[in-house]
Amino acid sequence: MFENRRYIVIGAFCLVGLIYIARLFYIQVLDDSYSLGSSKNSVKRVIEIPYRGQIYDRNGKLIVYNTPVYDLYVTPKQMKVPDTLAFCRMMNITRQEFDSLINLAVTYSPFKPSLFLRQLSKEDFARIQDALVDYRGFEPRMSSMRTYPAHTLANALGYVSEISKKQLEEQATFYYRQGDYVGHNGLEEQYEEVLRGKRGVRFVMQNVRGVVKGSYKNGEFDTIAVAGQNLYTGIDLDVQQYADSLMANKVGSVIAIEPATGEILVSVSAPTYDPNLLSSRFFSKNYVKLLKNPYKPLINRPIMASYRPGSTFKLIQALIGQQQGSLFPNTAYSHAGSPMRCHCHGVRSLSGAVQYSCNPYFYYVFRKMIYFNGNSNTFKASAIGLQQWYDAVKLFGIGQKLGIDLPTELKGNLPSVDYYDKIYNGQYRWKFSNIYSLSIGEGELLISPIKLANVAAIIANRGYYIPPHYAKGIGKVGSGIDATYYEKRQVNIDPKYFGPVIEGMRGAVVHGTVTPLANIADVELCGKTGTSQNAKMGHKYDHSIFIGFAPVNNPKIAIAVFVENAGWGGKAAASVAALVVERYLKRKTEALKLDESVKAQNYMLNVGVIGGKPGLKKKVDSLRKDTTRKSAVKKPLMTNAAPAKPVSRTATAGVNGN
Amino acid sequence: MARNDPFARNIDWLTLALYIACVLMGWFNVYAAVYSPEMKTSIFDMSTDAGKQLMWIGTSVILIICVLVIDHRFYDQFAYIFYGFMIFMLLLVMVAGSNINGSHSWFKIGSFSLQPAEFAKLATSLALARYLDVPGVNLTKQKDQLYVAGIIGLPAVLILLSNETGSTLVFAAFIIMLYREGLPAIYPIAGITLTTLFVLALIFPLFYIFIGILVLAVVAIFLLPRYNRNVRSIAGIGLIGLAMVGIVAGVDFFVNDVLQTHQQNRIKVLVNPNIDPLGVGWNVTQAKIAIGSGRFEGKGFLEGTQTKFDFVPAQSTDFIFCTIGEEHGFMGSAIVVLLFVGLLSRLIILAEKQRSRFARIYGYCVAGIFFFHFMVNIGMTIGLMPVIGIPLPFFSYGGSSLWSFTLLLFIFLKLDSRRTSMLSRN
Repeated sequence: MFENRRYIVIGAFCLVGLIYIARLFYIQVLDDSYSLGSSKNSVKRVIEIPYRGQIYDRNGKLIVYNTPVYDLYVTPKQMKVPDTLAFCRMMNITRQEFDSLINLAVTYSPFKPSLFLRQLSKEDFARIQDALVDYRGFEPRMSSMRTYPAHTLANALGYVSEISKKQLEEQATFYYRQGDYVGHNGLEEQYEEVLRGKRGVRFVMQNVRGVVKGSYKNGEFDTIAVAGQNLYTGIDLDVQQYADSLMANKVGSVIAIEPATGEILVSVSAPTYDPNLLSSRFFSKNYVKLLKNPYKPLINRPIMASYRPGSTFKLIQALIGQQQGSLFPNTAYSHAGSPMRCHCHGVRSLSGAVQYSCNPYFYYVFRKMIYFNGNSNTFKASAIGLQQWYDAVKLFGIGQKLGIDLPTELKGNLPSVDYYDKIYNGQYRWKFSNIYSLSIGEGELLISPIKLANVAAIIANRGYYIPPHYAKGIGKVGSGIDATYYEKRQVNIDPKYFGPVIEGMRGAVVHGTVTPLANIADVELCGKTGTSQNAKMGHKYDHSIFIGFAPVNNPKIAIAVFVENAGWGGKAAASVAALVVERYLKRKTEALKLDESVKAQNYMLNVGVIGGKPGLKKKVDSLRKDTTRKSAVKKPLMTNAAPAKPVSRTATAGVNGN
Repeated sequence: MARNDPFARNIDWLTLALYIACVLMGWFNVYAAVYSPEMKTSIFDMSTDAGKQLMWIGTSVILIICVLVIDHRFYDQFAYIFYGFMIFMLLLVMVAGSNINGSHSWFKIGSFSLQPAEFAKLATSLALARYLDVPGVNLTKQKDQLYVAGIIGLPAVLILLSNETGSTLVFAAFIIMLYREGLPAIYPIAGITLTTLFVLALIFPLFYIFIGILVLAVVAIFLLPRYNRNVRSIAGIGLIGLAMVGIVAGVDFFVNDVLQTHQQNRIKVLVNPNIDPLGVGWNVTQAKIAIGSGRFEGKGFLEGTQTKFDFVPAQSTDFIFCTIGEEHGFMGSAIVVLLFVGLLSRLIILAEKQRSRFARIYGYCVAGIFFFHFMVNIGMTIGLMPVIGIPLPFFSYGGSSLWSFTLLLFIFLKLDSRRTSMLSRN
């Protein structure tokens, strides 16, 4: 029936055969572009990995550069090791390591060179260079290693290490190959593409002995390696290192911003580690050690830690209350009727309330704001009021990503109407009395230190901010930076409303909640202390917070300091902030007494003792879990007591606002 | 009694000779591919691919003897059991297999690894032959088409799931047998058109393809015989053109908007190796340089410089044809192409002589599979086909592939020997 189809099939076979023979005739006989000159030559591909860009601080000091090192390659089939033990001794490896390295190499290929030891320093290489002549099959190749002369900024910089399998698979373009180095975390990851440059490939002809005979086809297929570009940051290395020294034996962050530009001046995550640890060939060993450290030095706290802002949040409340028209500079509230206790005494105006961090005052400020819409149903009024409040606070960057040039920024949490609807299982089932702990920055708010530093910058600028960023320039200062880092973002607060708030902030430092030592002469620090509730969650101490800026007029620096488990915000955090600001403004430290006392403090001992084991991770978890646990009981932490009659629980909450 | 006749008298000597020629040439070229002038390794060195290939050849001889000794009815009767067992193995390899080169499709027993996907072709061929052998089965009927698609599709999908795209595509080779057995010609034509459109959609901008389709449609209308140039046929051509546009746009959308970047790359690099100049693109460039530098008579046995060790990866397996092209030039490569065309044509001629439908169908399956491997493997080294990692039958290094190709071929020769023995008895 279909017998004749056999001819079509055979015809197809012959046709393909003919096409292939014609093609072979073309590329082998007619087209001589594949000819290699002398038939004994061969083409070899040489990959050139360019120098990775260096990183500088704002004054041109080097933060990261490259040190030349040697990688040792082995070709198993050519390898001749007359005395293995002597060789191992020389290389400082054990016999087992030697065997497993050689095994790995053989598995890869007995004939091709594979990596044997990575990153031998110049000194190590000089030591073995002569002896290496006796061991055939080993070949050193030049390479480079990231070096951090200032030994600081580890968390912000990230590190450079071998590309992971997952990254290799998920890359958007075919750039990286197995064994390539790539930036992880921090600026090294964020600016990977500019720092790494572009790898070059050269095709060279070589004869049978491997002697290079020139380029193939005059370099027609070659791509030239492009060196990585330098990254200029806004970091002030001297102040950074000084802040490091202040944060020794403490857990927390110091983050400082230049308000006019949004450039990050100081970025301390404590405890930190020496970034050189993760660039040597002992990477894995050191990395595991750091990973297991109970204080979690690998977490970049200014960006990745979430805290309740505590009383520092009162600044935002004061600003949006005024803008809304529900609060005036001369508004006064007494303590009476508030569920919150306070340590200040008396009736105050707005700036006085900021100065002394009066809890009841801000309870009423918030209450007025929420009910300002005048809806007669308190449940509906609360929902409308919270929505208005949410929209206003959102503009300060809270509960949002600021767009910092680091890959790991967190959003934090700014509770919305939906958020409470979910907790209370439906619309209009909660009202002001359920959410009033927000008034003093407690409850469900979660904010990272950099966001609070940004709030300080907003107040310093009287109404706008530029997204905080590390980079000041790529290639040279002022070029290649994302346009968003020049963009002024308004927070929709009239500049005139900042006056009373700033007055209160200055007052807090001069004669308020801040320890007197931190009022350093000629610094004109304005600030607000805060205490982030932590003691209730099984810890003995709260977190100490301070945000501020200086000087009062034309501010040069805005700062946020968090010291975990250091208790009251007016002391630990304010002292660190004052010293860092002084150092930045005066380029020297004159408040030696304060300097001494801060350095002597050790708050690390206070860090979490849950289950007898210290651990930040657990602590952060417990913070988060707490939010969820609350949702289970459907009531925020501080509303168990009746508003009129404070009991011991609310009493603790009251003490927190200082 | 046919089955007691000595095999020697009944086996097709021409095919056997072609087989031996291919296997021996393959072995020498595997040796040349791994040979290093500095090491001067022997062809019998068991630590190299050449020595191991000799072992695979030796074991293949044992397999051939077994195949020829076993009664021919065995292959017919046990076809479904083979098939079921194969499916079981393909499932098992997904749970218990080990990873080699990124594909999870190998059984590893000591230093010895086996890839069931290679044998799935054989089992599927037997099952297809058995199914279509039944009188009344008609490939123009939708029900039978569906069954056949199921028999082919099941192992193909399982192999695809273990990340062996190349081996999956080989299952397209059965279309040749199905065509011969009466599958309407529209299927292979549609298949080829779809593949072409798919490849074009990945290489060229959409706009150009649309213009191309438009021009083709106009030309087709123009070429219609005058008496046939009515509204219906013009509308038909228009619809076909529109369908083609839709397919191209669909492929473009699927690849660029649905797939993730790394999956996109995996597909794009198939048709355009130059987007990965250090990886697949490098292989293709190197393969062409190696073959092209062989010129007319080649550089001579073991004299190749381009195809050693660190140049083209998979030198002794998927890219073995480069060694032939470099060391034996146009003469050698043309001879290999002719050997394959000869072997394939011989298989078709033998298949057509079969009395039983089972043997004929099986013969066409074997020819189709060999043809697909030959076309794709050599095509990719000379830049006419996308880079799909499948071996060149009998030439490429590798136990699983040599065994499966040998089994495929000799089961057919066994079936064929019965035909000649029956003739001689009459």
